[in-house]
Amino acid sequence: MNNIGAADDAYLRVENLSKVYTTRDGEVRALNEISLTQRRGEFLSHVGPSGCGKSTLLMIAAGLVSPSSGVVRVSGRKVDKPRTDIGIAFQSPVLLEWRTALGNVMLQAEARGFDRKESEGRARELLGSVGLGGFEDKYPHELSGGMRQRVSICRALIHNPDHLLMDEPFGALDALTRDQLVLDLQALVSERRMTVLFITHSIAEAVFLSDRVVVMTPRPGCIDRIIDIDLPRPRTLAMRETPEFAAYSRQILDMFLARGVLREH
Amino acid sequence: MTEAGNSASVVASSAATSIEAVEAAIQRRRRSRARRDRVAALIYPVGMIAVLIVLWQAAAALFSIPSYLLPAPSAIAQAIAVNAVLLIKQSLTTTIEILLGFALSVAVGVPLALGIFLWKPFARAVYPVLIASQAVPKVAVAPLFLVWFGFGLLPKVLIAFLIAFFPIVINTAMGLAMVEREKIYLAQSMGLSAFATFRKIQLPNALPSIFAGLKISITFAVVGAVVGEFVGGQGGLGYLLLIANGNMDTALLFAGIVGLTVLGVAFFAVIGLAERLVLPPHAVESTSFGRETM
Repeated sequence: MNNIGAADDAYLRVENLSKVYTTRDGEVRALNEISLTQRRGEFLSHVGPSGCGKSTLLMIAAGLVSPSSGVVRVSGRKVDKPRTDIGIAFQSPVLLEWRTALGNVMLQAEARGFDRKESEGRARELLGSVGLGGFEDKYPHELSGGMRQRVSICRALIHNPDHLLMDEPFGALDALTRDQLVLDLQALVSERRMTVLFITHSIAEAVFLSDRVVVMTPRPGCIDRIIDIDLPRPRTLAMRETPEFAAYSRQILDMFLARGVLREH
Repeated sequence: MTEAGNSASVVASSAATSIEAVEAAIQRRRRSRARRDRVAALIYPVGMIAVLIVLWQAAAALFSIPSYLLPAPSAIAQAIAVNAVLLIKQSLTTTIEILLGFALSVAVGVPLALGIFLWKPFARAVYPVLIASQAVPKVAVAPLFLVWFGFGLLPKVLIAFLIAFFPIVINTAMGLAMVEREKIYLAQSMGLSAFATFRKIQLPNALPSIFAGLKISITFAVVGAVVGEFVGGQGGLGYLLLIANGNMDTALLFAGIVGLTVLGVAFFAVIGLAERLVLPPHAVESTSFGRETM
């Protein structure tokens, strides 16, 4: 096992990870020898253009996709099959249409054989804390997009996982709902001191939520740079207007401009 | 509280109650409209059929259409009344054939679909053969069944089964296969076993599709039973149709057709009811014509 200096509390360790997909047009290299570490309790975001492999990285870290080369370790143990110590949320809420909001959150508890009464209480509490109190018995088709995504987040948290993996969970939502859910997520996560791996397209979201931001290059995905976000917690919406916040956003933006991810006319 | 504060809170609270009142009124109106829609859904088609029957009766009288060609609704009603016992008895015979054929379709079709879904070599071997078999006209196979199985119940049940089982296989297999990939990822990350994933996710996901297959299948089973009776009948509504046809008793012929239609609609409705009971509200969304959108 590796013993790299102050990485004693390295919870997640990604070592020379590559992923190549074969498509009709030949081989596509989604990830290109990525290496990084994540500490326990750290909120780590990945920002980058489409196709830079951020989702692939998350899926490999979850054990749902296998790498082409390289390895991912969690607490020193190699990830070679789907991990069950995680909570995962995707861009679409992926709720079971035939279960109520409460039923969907409870699925996680049922799957793990938790005590029904106790987990139901926890589920209701979680749903209440994200503003869904009173909506527990609604079916997904009766809920708005933002509400469904909240349910999926509750589902990812009810079993108090070690690691929370989120793949652009707010990408499909309108700006106001996004802002609210970002605040809700921050509250939920800091309360539990969770280790979070968060994928987003939004620079502002990444800077707002994270301890560190991994900026990725266009395909084939490499790490451009990892930026430490040294802003006080808890972060408020007002902080988004401060020069410090703007400096971080600017830094990332400049990297995108330099790589041609964004082009100004 | 200051005077301004007081009046503001009065305005606020009366605004609040009036909004609640408005919401309550909207709810009441929505519920009564839903009730009216349900009644209309029944009355309109029934009304239209009634109108058609009246026009038919008028036309038959006006144009003196011979009874052996197109009997008037009154003649058909009379034939039904006169032959009521016969019709009911034959309906029973045909019903048994339909139900047995349908039951066999489910008993064979669902495991077949499961096999296709779960085991790829099986799918590769069976699926194309299955599709090819549907190209064979069952009506042509019916006389063969007569030779093999005689004139009894069995050949009719088998023909009904042959026609009816395919929609079940197709719809069940497709329903199982068409599950969002992320749902499977979710199941894996929750540590669900393959069986638990099937029971909690894939099967419920497939149910709307399966019920659609059952509905199609039962109507096909009716056809199959009738075909069987045509070819080797000794009883049942299909046989009755043949006899009536032979005697040029077109009114009785129509009576038989009405009987078969009633059977078909009844079976369809039973499955629809079962669907409504089994599936939670999400899947039983009907397309509504003329209902206002939000």
